Amino acid sequence: MKTLFYVLQKEFIQVKRNKVMLRMIIMIPIMQMLVLVFAATYDLKNVNVFLVDQDLSSTSRKLASKIDASPFFTINNTSFNPEDGENEILNNRDDMVLVIPKGFERNLMREDKASLQLLVNAIDGQSAQIGYSYAASVIGGFNKNIIADWKGLPEFKPPYQINTVSRFWYNSELEYKWYMAPGVLALLVTLIGLNLSSTSLVKEKEDGTIEQLNVTPIRKIQFLAGKLIPFIVIALFDLSFGLFLARMVFNLPIVGNLGLVFGFGVLYLIGILGLGLFISTVADTQQQVMFVTFFFMMIFILMSGIFTPVESMPQWAQTIDQINPVYHFMRVLRMVVLKGSHFGDLIHEFVALCILGVTFLTLALKRYRKTA
Amino acid sequence: MNEKVIEVHNLVKKFGSFVANDHLNFDVYKGEIFGFLGANGAGKTTAMKILCGLSAPTSGDVKVAGFDIYKETEKVKRNIGYMSQKFSLYEDLTIAENIRFFSGIYGISPKDRKAKQEILLKNLDIESAKDSLVGSLPLGWKQKLAFSVAIFHDPKIVFLDEPTGGVDPITRRKFWDLIYEASDRGITVFVTTHYMDEAEYCNRVSIMSEGRIEALDTTENLKKQYAAKNMDEVFLKIARNTE
Repeated sequence: MKTLFYVLQKEFIQVKRNKVMLRMIIMIPIMQMLVLVFAATYDLKNVNVFLVDQDLSSTSRKLASKIDASPFFTINNTSFNPEDGENEILNNRDDMVLVIPKGFERNLMREDKASLQLLVNAIDGQSAQIGYSYAASVIGGFNKNIIADWKGLPEFKPPYQINTVSRFWYNSELEYKWYMAPGVLALLVTLIGLNLSSTSLVKEKEDGTIEQLNVTPIRKIQFLAGKLIPFIVIALFDLSFGLFLARMVFNLPIVGNLGLVFGFGVLYLIGILGLGLFISTVADTQQQVMFVTFFFMMIFILMSGIFTPVESMPQWAQTIDQINPVYHFMRVLRMVVLKGSHFGDLIHEFVALCILGVTFLTLALKRYRKTA
Repeated sequence: MNEKVIEVHNLVKKFGSFVANDHLNFDVYKGEIFGFLGANGAGKTTAMKILCGLSAPTSGDVKVAGFDIYKETEKVKRNIGYMSQKFSLYEDLTIAENIRFFSGIYGISPKDRKAKQEILLKNLDIESAKDSLVGSLPLGWKQKLAFSVAIFHDPKIVFLDEPTGGVDPITRRKFWDLIYEASDRGITVFVTTHYMDEAEYCNRVSIMSEGRIEALDTTENLKKQYAAKNMDEVFLKIARNTE
């Protein structure tokens, strides 16, 4: 126990002396929470629409102003020539071209039906889908009333109809930042924990101090504990700092139990730091460590479900995700923070994180040898 | 001079098909300064790492400080000190913090530590630098400090792997004063070097070449045996013979 005290004291002094590291510990949470959460949004706003109104009737103008009035769309330019619109899309200045063909109003009056053309820039398939469905719903609403309006009839009401009244639970305003914030928190903790622990051990290799330690009677477990505990403390500090920022800046509701958040935080960090230590026992230089941790980070993060729902990944990818600690921890954070889930709801994540933690730590312990 | 503190019988270390140590046999007695000489790549450092428990031998019997190197590695480690070629104190800790850390690992009580630290700082004449970062010290100071820290826990044996590489002759001379002091305290000194003037300071030396020990005796006997004026000539004669 006494040895552990001296080991921890030394590690904390070294962190304190490392000014770059100290700055990162403070700056990374601020940057990630304030920039990433705002930037990584799926809310589609400011879709630029190019209007080609060849009809120039009162109906076409009404439709155009209805679209322009919607918060999602801005009509930037108009022309009579659809090709101008295509050029705008090619030059990435507009996202969508709405073509109202000549005879639109007349057809609508005489034949009770008329066609419109929507050209959507679908390089980003997802935002194209969303943009299209917004536009379709605006046009649909317009369509519903136009004929009735015109013929002077009361608003058209079919005799029977099913009305859907939706309520969005746990995030009733569909506030995207509330969904992103816990995800970014998980990233933050991962980044800090994995990098600090892995570079700290391999630095001792580069400096040759590890050899000096290996000729002492220090026990493996004491040495590795010295590389784990300080960085768990730092990562937990960043977790609380990040939560605090999210609470203050985006009013993130913290519905669940904070004790549960931090309990899982410790469990998760033991695993992640164990992985970091394992990587650094295999590598010889900080460069190698950074390269390998970067590889793990990329895969873990892209598969974690922070940007794309894991449920819509192919089944094999979902199976692989069971060994992705970031996936489990992100679920825990979102469930506890937004939904107020209890421990009973998180048994699966608990078991998975325990297994991963024990595995990574055992690998690190086995791989680190005082006698080569 | 007859209690053996290091016993090596038929020590072999192979890396793949390369034989770094080819059946080494030697004993080191308590209190002596044992010089372990050889050209670069002769296998000195490999053998020393095995004796320190940093590397496992391929075969052979090795006892250090009375403990078996295979089964009682941790007991061996409690009784030895080691200073590598590469300076290996923590450069981002101060002198006092380094001493505190290594004392803590060896289980030296804070009271003993403080008393011994005072003597150490006085001996090295660096009392004023106690709270300076080790990284900011000149190389000569660093090496003397590293040696002092390596014997801070009063080990039975201290292993020095080319301890005076890259410093001027005066600093080297001063470093050897420290080695003599340690030897006077009863610490056995096992030192590798390729400075032949340093070999003259040793009680006995062994000379390695291509993984084998070619000669082992006191410096006087070796000089007589090879009809040489100094150790430099002895070394060159042995090296030429094996080529």
